[in-house]
Amino acid sequence: MALLDYANPTRFLRLSQRILPWLTGACVIAFAVGLYMSLFVAPEDYQQGQTVKIMYIHVPAAWLCMMTYSIMALSSLGTLVWKHPLADVSAKAAAPIGAAFTLIALITGSLWGRPMWGTYWEWDARMTSVLVLLLMYLGLIALWRTMEDPIKAGKAAAILTLVGALNLPIIKFSVDWWYTLHQPASVMRMDGPTIHPALLTPLLIMALASTLLFFVLHLQAMQNEIMRRRVRALRLRAASSTRPARMTATSTAAE
Amino acid sequence: MFTGLSFALPAAHGLVVTGPNGIGKSSLLRTLAGLVPPSQGQLSLEGAEPEKTVAEHAHYFGHQSAVKPALTTLENLVFWQDFLSPALPAGFTPQAQSPSAILELLGLEHTSSLPAAYLSAGQTRRLALARLFVCPRPIWLMDEPTSALDTASEALLLQLMQAHLDNGGMIVTATHTPLTMSPCLTLQLADEEESPA
Amino acid sequence: MTSPENNWALALLQRELRLAVRIGGGALVGVLFFLAVVTVIPFGVGPDLNLLARIGPAILWIGALLATLLGLDRLFQADRDDGTLDLMLMAGRPLELVVLIKCLAHWLATGLPLVLAAPILGIFLNLEPLAMGAVTATLLAGTPALTLIGAVGAALTVSLRRGGLLLAVLVVPLTIPVLIFGVSAANAALVVGTPFKVPFVVLCALSLISGVVGPVAAAMALRFSAD
Repeated sequence: MALLDYANPTRFLRLSQRILPWLTGACVIAFAVGLYMSLFVAPEDYQQGQTVKIMYIHVPAAWLCMMTYSIMALSSLGTLVWKHPLADVSAKAAAPIGAAFTLIALITGSLWGRPMWGTYWEWDARMTSVLVLLLMYLGLIALWRTMEDPIKAGKAAAILTLVGALNLPIIKFSVDWWYTLHQPASVMRMDGPTIHPALLTPLLIMALASTLLFFVLHLQAMQNEIMRRRVRALRLRAASSTRPARMTATSTAAE
Repeated sequence: MFTGLSFALPAAHGLVVTGPNGIGKSSLLRTLAGLVPPSQGQLSLEGAEPEKTVAEHAHYFGHQSAVKPALTTLENLVFWQDFLSPALPAGFTPQAQSPSAILELLGLEHTSSLPAAYLSAGQTRRLALARLFVCPRPIWLMDEPTSALDTASEALLLQLMQAHLDNGGMIVTATHTPLTMSPCLTLQLADEEESPA
Repeated sequence: MTSPENNWALALLQRELRLAVRIGGGALVGVLFFLAVVTVIPFGVGPDLNLLARIGPAILWIGALLATLLGLDRLFQADRDDGTLDLMLMAGRPLELVVLIKCLAHWLATGLPLVLAAPILGIFLNLEPLAMGAVTATLLAGTPALTLIGAVGAALTVSLRRGGLLLAVLVVPLTIPVLIFGVSAANAALVVGTPFKVPFVVLCALSLISGVVGPVAAAMALRFSAD
């Protein structure tokens, strides 16, 4: 029920404007603490040295690119099943943020992999799955960009998002299978199952900070999208407020 | 499509082409526009600018608007102004119109900076019509010019067509609705017979 | 207003670029397709980086070829659908130049992004910096030829509802020389002792020839297409 109360975009705008400053503040504090701890407090890895610190960006980004897609999938359900008017705004606003986090995960992953693999890119099962996810994000953004009418575009994108959500586990499974098929002799795992607690606390704080960052950006992007749609509606109304063609106009040769 | 069709249109005259559906009114206009090559016969314009075909003296105002929805109204119009080469043979003296002036005249100036996607069918039609004024050309080939226009716009269109004739232009129009222009000739297309105008 | 004689060309270029980047234009979809092709190939051939590095230039070239061809079907068709093409035929401007300018705008909006994306995609294929540079240079010299040759196919299929696939079928054989010289010039960076200059110069020549043949042939096809 609470969700339906905020179905009204005006009420949503008012509420989100009240929440945003607090959320932004919390995000800044979390990042300050998280970055300090991960850069200065957390110990170096005895094997990887300073490179391990890339993890504090990489792992939260990787976690967020999954979470963002889940939020988009939920929003798509909202569009198609519950017909919630803000659902496709939420999905559309989330897509570029998700793509950005995916890109960050890929870039930091390849920087992290460089000292271990000797190349910037290895068709490692995890990295490849993330790359496929990036393709899906970009495809969705392209779909939104090709349709002028946001409602139509929202429905089309919602269908694609849900099909993608159903497919993601299958993709993940097949990529893993493909990778083990071609498994090279020995590749070091990028993140072992055991993480020392001294590394874990900063990581969790960074994850929290990134999640807060996501919500700040998401709320802001949703506000922008609502504004953009209002501008569009106003312009449509402006176009249709026809002053009929002027009868009194003295045309070229009427003089 | 046609056999034995021949007509001459004096300067500053309109020609209304009538006839039943499917007789080839549109094809005749497209042939005049140089879009369909005539299988036989020829087409000439007296006093034409040298090195220009008849089609390059003509505006074709057909069913399709050639309006790009992604561009604004003004961008659409300014493009045609820059792109089309004007033709000003002797005896044709139109007043040049700036794009914003003609948009104002056609009641579209409030949409100048809006994407053309936001225009209604009638507005799109009027935008297409505006093209005829930003680039002066003596011959107007108009296929059902009044379709999708409301009564007021239709009256304005007639007024503008009359003004074009008064300036020394020529109009060939295929239509079902009676159009009053003067001086004006009528070409009745019918099966298997020649209809001199 | 500047001299009206050249103004029309600039106006056309500006309009085509605007249409490409605005909503529904799909200027960057080609790059996305390029990325998709490069991503999919290792799933077929396996993640062996040495193998990928060896066939990398070829993958990039084939990806760029496909991305160019698939993006070309709307080059003239969009204009035909809304009646713009009729007016362009009557515009009193040389149709060959109109086609050339449309191709230039299309290449700037879709071909150039492919060239710029090539070094980044080269990372996925474990290309050495030298090979990356070679592939990018050959794509820069060769993709205009792909666009210009493709324009002929686009003009021939303009009146067909579903011309996209036919276009690719018609044009692929014509692009084989571009592919051969593009890939062999790019491979010069990988294989010691193979020449770079000769195939690269031939590639440039192919682009220049297409710059003449493409617009002339496409303009002829467009004139016939108008019913």
